[in-house]
Amino acid sequence: MTPDISKIRRDFPILDQKVNGKPLIYFDNAATSQRPTQVIERVDEFSLRTNANIHRATHYLANKTTEAFEESRETVRQFINAAEAAEVIFTHGTTESINLVAFSFGEAFVKAGDEIIVTEMEHHANIVPWQMMCERRGAILKVLPFNDNGELQIELLDNLITDKTRILAVAHVSNTLGTINPIREIILKAHLKNVPVLIDGAQGAPHFKIDVQALGCDFYAFSGHKIYGPTGIGALYGKRKWLDKMPPFMGGGEMIDSVTFAKTTYNKLPYKFEAGTPNYVGAIGFAAAIKYIQSQDNQTLAAYEHDLLTVATEKLKQIEGLRIYGEATLKAGVICFNIEGIHPFDLGTLLDQMGIAVRTGRMCADPVMDHYGVENMVRASFAFYNTFDEIEAFYKALIRLKTMF
Amino acid sequence: MTIDEIQQEIVEEFSGFEDWMDKYAYLIEIGNEMAPIDAKYKIESNLIRGCQSRVWLHQEFTDGRIIFEAESDALIVKGLVALLLRIYSGRTPHEILSSEPRFIDEIGLRQHLSPTRSNGLLAMVKQMKLYALAYEKISSKK
Ligand SMILES: Cc1ncc(COP(=O)(O)O)c(C=O)c1O
Repeated sequence: MTPDISKIRRDFPILDQKVNGKPLIYFDNAATSQRPTQVIERVDEFSLRTNANIHRATHYLANKTTEAFEESRETVRQFINAAEAAEVIFTHGTTESINLVAFSFGEAFVKAGDEIIVTEMEHHANIVPWQMMCERRGAILKVLPFNDNGELQIELLDNLITDKTRILAVAHVSNTLGTINPIREIILKAHLKNVPVLIDGAQGAPHFKIDVQALGCDFYAFSGHKIYGPTGIGALYGKRKWLDKMPPFMGGGEMIDSVTFAKTTYNKLPYKFEAGTPNYVGAIGFAAAIKYIQSQDNQTLAAYEHDLLTVATEKLKQIEGLRIYGEATLKAGVICFNIEGIHPFDLGTLLDQMGIAVRTGRMCADPVMDHYGVENMVRASFAFYNTFDEIEAFYKALIRLKTMF
Repeated sequence: MTIDEIQQEIVEEFSGFEDWMDKYAYLIEIGNEMAPIDAKYKIESNLIRGCQSRVWLHQEFTDGRIIFEAESDALIVKGLVALLLRIYSGRTPHEILSSEPRFIDEIGLRQHLSPTRSNGLLAMVKQMKLYALAYEKISSKK
């Protein structure tokens, strides 16, 4: 079945505009996705009629806001099928979610000489917090490499995990290579040795139905702005058995049970990890985005997104001198590439002149650049509102630009 | 010619292009034709870090004038670098300090000098001015 993409595009008015005189082609979805009117209107309506700080007063607006905030948590819970809403912590995004775990889990469970495992394809957000934790705790960071196709070398995992390994962190989908990692298998292998697993779902949540209980992951981190929601909001899922034993990440209002100068006791989950006034406006938009996704025929859209990737890959491969980085068998709608002799910055600048938005640079993944020995890449990333016509226009633009060099 | 006269000359060179592609093609051509920076100057300490394209800038001060050599790994940036050298290299510190590269605006490429563009160009202009300031101070002390 082919989805009605023009109907979907009407939900995203931002797509209907000209950039540098050309119809906008937005291929930077892995950086941030656009928001449907359903999200924008929900946030506006809330700000126009409901806004008040949460959990802190008995008045009407405060109660309505608190309800909306907690309903949003329930929506996120359902979206990822967490066992209980208290296992869903609102953060400002994937980055904060991972930092929270790296800090609080580190404080509780990591000591000098222990080991943490990440992979070679991680976004800096899933590397740096662990390095900081290792420095603090005297632990050692170990790295699971990927092969030139962009697939993790899972066969090395059994030896990499030792009785000193405390946690393993891996991306669901690579933001650079597009690889869909075999996280189920990784989790099983790690759990066999009692090692908990954090999944960086920043690029996973936009493409898949997530079921944290079926996956068995211990933590799952993702961002609202990559799943058609607002910026500044995201979530951390964590199993209660870990969260209960982890100390708070930040101190402040709302996260406490009682405070005296002698001793402070902490609030229960999830509030223990939500110090200060949370981004409840963001949370409400986040939930609206999830509801929007749930209102679509997800199977059909997933198949469509996959077709976009396949067609784009086939097209790009016809271009002489074009190299795609990451050709895993299982891939999501992300293509990083370079054209021989053309600097990605030049390519990005010229594509922009043609109304085409792509990402250029190092993709916040220096180790991936180093793996292929390049300074920069160009990335085209797709969402379900993109079309085959846009891919054709992109292909033609690249052919035309090539003649300029 | 003064810096301003050269800027005017550049503006005229670009005025003939109607299509943005021709303009960029010309920049790329200038970038391609630019003499590469001496390999011994293509070093870390001469590197101006833009996020995405790298610019190397080397300078020497002789007879009261600053001679700049520069290069970028991106061709469009390199073309713009060549134009910046054309107006600023071989000038006195005072000349450099008292003129802005307004031609970039006038040829419709202002976005390349915006602080949000991580291409190293704005940083390069700043760096050239800093050198000029330093040399002006040194000269006035003598
Ligand atoms: C794989 C991956 N992890 C983490 C992040 C960080 O997400 P955020 O900037 O929303 O915190 C990103 C976003 O670029 C990403 O692609």
